[in-house]
Amino acid sequence: MTPIPHKTTHASRTAGLTYILKKSLLSALVALVLFSLMVGVRTEAGSDGQLTYWTRFGEVAALVAGVFGGSIVIELLRQWIGPAGAEKLVPPAVQSGMSFVGRYLAPALLIFTLLVPVIFYNQRYILDLAILVLTYVMLGWGLNVVVGLAGLLDLGYVAFYAVGAYSYALLATNFGWSFWVCLPLAGILAAFWGVLLGFPVLRLRGDYLAIVTLAFGEIIRLVIINWQSLTGGPNGVPGIPRPSFFGIPLDNSDDGLAAKLGIEYSPTHRIVFLFYLILALALLTNWVTIRLRRLPIGRAWEALREDEVACRALGINTTTTKLTAFATGAMFGGFAGAFFATRQGFISPESFTFQESALVLAIVVLGGMGSQLGVALAALAMIGGFELFRGLETYRMLVFGMAMVLIMIWRPRGLIGHRAPTVYLTKAQAISSDLVKEGHG
Amino acid sequence: MSGDKILSVDQLTMRFGGIVAVQDLSFSAERKKITALIGPNGAGKTTVFNCITGFYKPSGGSIRLAHDDGKIIALERLNDFRIAKQAKVARTFQNIRLFPGMTALENLMVAQHNALMRASGLTFLGLIGAPGYRDAEKRAIDLATDWLRRVNLLDRADDAAGNFAYGDQRRLEIARAMCTEPALLCLDEPAAGLNARESAALSELLLSIRNELGTSILLIEHDMSVVMEISDHIVVMDHGVKIAQGTPRQVRDDPKVIAAYLGADEEEAVAVMEGGS
Repeated sequence: MTPIPHKTTHASRTAGLTYILKKSLLSALVALVLFSLMVGVRTEAGSDGQLTYWTRFGEVAALVAGVFGGSIVIELLRQWIGPAGAEKLVPPAVQSGMSFVGRYLAPALLIFTLLVPVIFYNQRYILDLAILVLTYVMLGWGLNVVVGLAGLLDLGYVAFYAVGAYSYALLATNFGWSFWVCLPLAGILAAFWGVLLGFPVLRLRGDYLAIVTLAFGEIIRLVIINWQSLTGGPNGVPGIPRPSFFGIPLDNSDDGLAAKLGIEYSPTHRIVFLFYLILALALLTNWVTIRLRRLPIGRAWEALREDEVACRALGINTTTTKLTAFATGAMFGGFAGAFFATRQGFISPESFTFQESALVLAIVVLGGMGSQLGVALAALAMIGGFELFRGLETYRMLVFGMAMVLIMIWRPRGLIGHRAPTVYLTKAQAISSDLVKEGHG
Repeated sequence: MSGDKILSVDQLTMRFGGIVAVQDLSFSAERKKITALIGPNGAGKTTVFNCITGFYKPSGGSIRLAHDDGKIIALERLNDFRIAKQAKVARTFQNIRLFPGMTALENLMVAQHNALMRASGLTFLGLIGAPGYRDAEKRAIDLATDWLRRVNLLDRADDAAGNFAYGDQRRLEIARAMCTEPALLCLDEPAAGLNARESAALSELLLSIRNELGTSILLIEHDMSVVMEISDHIVVMDHGVKIAQGTPRQVRDDPKVIAAYLGADEEEAVAVMEGGS
């Protein structure tokens, strides 16, 4: 694509000035109407029960001015740093620098992640946070198969997380099966439920699909709450066994790993083990997804996202293709759920609310649908960033929400929007996000 | 009409509610020949196509496909993707339906899905990188490369299909359909939106598909220069029924066809038909 001459971009920018002012004035007007009654007039019952009121026009003026200024800033940001053609405004030197960073970002992140337990060995808080981030990276990668590759909007992903967690919790507490036996079972059971969800929603698209998957997530949660005899209902499942190092427990007993290795026992050992466990599971998810993308099934998923009718005309069974996408995504969700159960030692339905589904979906969308690195970065930003703002206390949600709005203005197709081809003849060229479809359900 | 028939449509009827889009239509397409289905707008051509390729279920009648090995397949009983998978009928669309976010090569690889799926042992062999699958993938890439060369898009193999010019997209869609290795290729207005030079190149491509590969072709087309030049047999439809059929020469001189195309004004119609030859 030929770069647009600088002059044109400059012209379009100045031409937008009246547009920006008009838009901001409109926003300010809406704010004025809303706030004049909500904030401008206060009423209260007086001493004799009569209605007293007083006005606060100063506050209204401040709010309206804030909205006016804010929308100017947002519009300016929208025009200068994004969304469409954002790269064209970036100088080539910065661009090549960014592509250099892009090439080495993933390996650098991986090496850093491997070293996290070494660097932060004495900081329990950071290790716990890293485990949490990695759990969401894994969930994001799992959901990415369904939403990012196959283009099926799934709002009930937490259901499979719950199935995995309860599968492990119940099998381990009732039958005493070890984590390593239960892990594949949790994945298989979650995949089974993924197929079960898949069947009724095969004919649905877009909004309808989203609503049914949302309902499915709620159904699973309600069944868990109400099936008291099996799941313990709202009380949850306590006393879930901790994972063992291939049969050797990680405690301070004589059979424990520390005693066998002849080193002093420390509770951090288990945290470090859990860290590497979830890292291995997440990397397995990543590896399998990358491999699947280059296999016919993965290409069929992406083709399904691009154009379902064309897929059928080429003899692709869209039913099984959709079901395998649901099953694969659900299986990874089930693995993550089993890990969650063994890490917490206690699970209850409260951990599997719609908010979790929304958070994982937000990670996938923010990361750039279909991009593995983008999802990892988004999970880091969403989970880690949320912790970063802890110092802001009450304003944490506000700042966090604002940051998300800004990111979506800057990069409407996610942090990493372009798509890498799965096969090439001479040179793999990244495909611009403008061409890649988001799927239609 | 005699000869070896690959497709026999018999008494095909398609109703949408009370509207009869196609009524008692019977025609056949010969093996290794190009058959054209023409008619004015709204004549029901695309409906016939959708019935043949499984996108609609016919209200009545039969559609029989005879493979080279003598196997007869009842297309009206197959649905959806099975027409392409089992009956080996490939199609293109009036409004191009490529996978715009995938490269030209990827588009052609998706077309070989079923063969590759078998080779990858339903994914499991492929996941562990079995040599059998790697060979199959290499062959698939070779076939795709061959088709990219045929449609003159080899140098753009790694570009996103959505970035292609209109004429290139049309050719790529034909190449994609051919990568399914079909017995019958159905083309819905392949020359729509092409300029004269591109239309000529298209005619050449379709003739080479017929002559070199022996693939039977059924096409809907409005561009008379293409139809008259390459068709072996033409079926003319109007208002859901067949009004004429025969060689290009016979159809061009048929007063019923001329009347259908341009009302009763024969002189003008003759001018159009002649202009196309």
